[in-house]
Amino acid sequence: MAHRWGMAVDLDRCTGCGACVTACHAENNIPTVGPEQAARGRAMHWIRVERYWEGDFPDVRLKFRPVMCQQCDAAPCEPVCPTYASHHTEDGLNAQVYNRCIGTRYCANACPYNVRFFDFFNPQWPKPLHLQLNPDVSIREVGVMEKCTFCVQRISAVQTQAKADKRDIKDGEIKPACAQACPAKALVFGDLNDPESEVSRLAESSRGSKLLEDLGTLPKVTYLARASDI
Amino acid sequence: MNEAARQDVTRGLTPRERMSDDLLRPLLQTSWRFWATVALLGSVVATGLGTWAYQMYRGFGMTGINMPVYWAFYITTFVFWIGISHAGTLISAILRLVNAGWRRPVTRCAEVITVFALMIGALFPIIHLGRPWLFFWLVPYPSERGIWPNFRSPLVWDFFAINTYLTGSVLFLFLPMIPDFALVRDKTTGWRHRVYGALALGWQGTPKQWHRLEAAMQIMAIAIIPVAVSVHTIVSFDFSMALVPMWHSAIFGPYFVAGAIFSGIAALIIAMAALRRFLHLEDYLHPVHFQNLGKLLLMMSLLWAYFIFNERLTVWYGNEPAEREVFLVTQRGSFAPLFWTMVVCNFVIPFVILSIKKLRTITGCVIASFTVVIGMWLERFLIVVPSLGHKYLPYTWGQYRPRPVEIIIVLSTFSAMVLLYVLFSKLVPIISIWELKVGEHYVADATPRAAAEHPLLKAHP
Repeated sequence: MAHRWGMAVDLDRCTGCGACVTACHAENNIPTVGPEQAARGRAMHWIRVERYWEGDFPDVRLKFRPVMCQQCDAAPCEPVCPTYASHHTEDGLNAQVYNRCIGTRYCANACPYNVRFFDFFNPQWPKPLHLQLNPDVSIREVGVMEKCTFCVQRISAVQTQAKADKRDIKDGEIKPACAQACPAKALVFGDLNDPESEVSRLAESSRGSKLLEDLGTLPKVTYLARASDI
Repeated sequence: MNEAARQDVTRGLTPRERMSDDLLRPLLQTSWRFWATVALLGSVVATGLGTWAYQMYRGFGMTGINMPVYWAFYITTFVFWIGISHAGTLISAILRLVNAGWRRPVTRCAEVITVFALMIGALFPIIHLGRPWLFFWLVPYPSERGIWPNFRSPLVWDFFAINTYLTGSVLFLFLPMIPDFALVRDKTTGWRHRVYGALALGWQGTPKQWHRLEAAMQIMAIAIIPVAVSVHTIVSFDFSMALVPMWHSAIFGPYFVAGAIFSGIAALIIAMAALRRFLHLEDYLHPVHFQNLGKLLLMMSLLWAYFIFNERLTVWYGNEPAEREVFLVTQRGSFAPLFWTMVVCNFVIPFVILSIKKLRTITGCVIASFTVVIGMWLERFLIVVPSLGHKYLPYTWGQYRPRPVEIIIVLSTFSAMVLLYVLFSKLVPIISIWELKVGEHYVADATPRAAAEHPLLKAHP
């Protein structure tokens, strides 16, 4: 049976620590652009922790929401790409083929979540940071779009291993870097086609909702509301 | 009999000979001013090309584009030039089909604008690419990997629409030039004779050839109108197909087409005024031409105001949260100065100048046209940037500020337009000589008033 990878984000557990962001940068060879470029809006974070303040001082509440590519089933970024660089895989992943991308940036405009990033310059890793590059992930050159892949390199590694062992993939066997790094276990990854998986269970939760659900993009990431917000 | 006609009689010239003389003069005599102009414009264009090379060499980050404003100056200017291209072909095709007599000296300068504006406009999607050297992946060529462009993408529709329009416009421009090329061929010797002879495609002026030319032009004039309308509709689809607040709107198709014709007429008026002045064509481009085009411009200004009123009222009344933010930031927020400048440029100034008969002079029309050109550029900017900066999640809202690279490249394309126009008017009679001569036959007999207004006829002894 084909897989349908999805994620659940428990907002009640998220502390906004940012470990997911750091882990994602390390795993996926995402360059840090430096303070000057970041101030110009060129920072790249495949996952970000959005901070929202609610209420008036002194009754202020701080809320966090980790946002990564929602891997939409009806992804607005896919049909608009003139070269099929942004396309749907059989596993339902929203894939970006860097080599096929010519950099129209139309996908990023069409994406309501703003989770697609453009390489404004060739990436640089000042020594000795180049030593920590992940050999499983390709480096993107200037002029292409990139975005969260659900750590597709980890997915395919486990799939290959399971196939070699002639067994099914166990629930929880695949962990994207963000889920692995989350100390509060707010991020849960798994197969939505497997009704027994934890992510399927959480996706059905009465606390669950999708981000910008009314746009009809059919995201595969479920957000579980804070208990205090229900 | 006026002064010019009296001089002709003493020089032994018939009015038809004078017409050929006047209109062929730019082709046969070249002053130092021409070369100075070409050198100046050429150096600006070279600067623009150099800047583009610099942008590619250093990386696209040399522009002001950022997350989330991924489209800005280049796409604005792309839409702007494609809009300007509606000057020509569409206007001239409509005027030909309704057989407006006053069109005769206007059509060619209009059609040329189309071709050059399209060529420049079509460059911008390439300039704005992250990897411009791979733009040919939009072309559906049979590749060994069996990969085709994505025909669901509005950018691919755009690619086909613009290419169709460009091909059609070149044909539409070239067809009525054939008899004029033959005229130049017959009046010149040496290399000019050979080059124009080749361009004239063996034109001898036989009745059969005339008949075929008329038929071909009729077909092209009819065919080019739906193409022109579709091109700017498809340009608007680049925006309206995306789920972006205030882009995703059904009004964009007609709104863009109307805006394109609006800015196109303005560009045509400016070009005609420049030609009249610098090529001394006062006997051919009369105040009546500017007044008629001015009336058209006034009508389009009203239509534009109608569209923007519709667009903004429905968004304001609907009060949908994401759209409301974009509405407010353009109406009252950081884009408000640009917004109200646009309203003044596109509506207030043209409306006042063009609806008062006393002000609808050549100068008045040119001033109104300049403000319209500025206003329409701003309009496209205000469509592209505020929406992208204010999408659904407030955490990702952003601002945009152009950087020198973008400004230089955009400005240099205006220079490129003028340069191409100057070179063209040096190589081809900018006013269709044979069409003017044909027009003379319609003197008194039951012709529409517009044709009878052409005072050139009065010079006829």
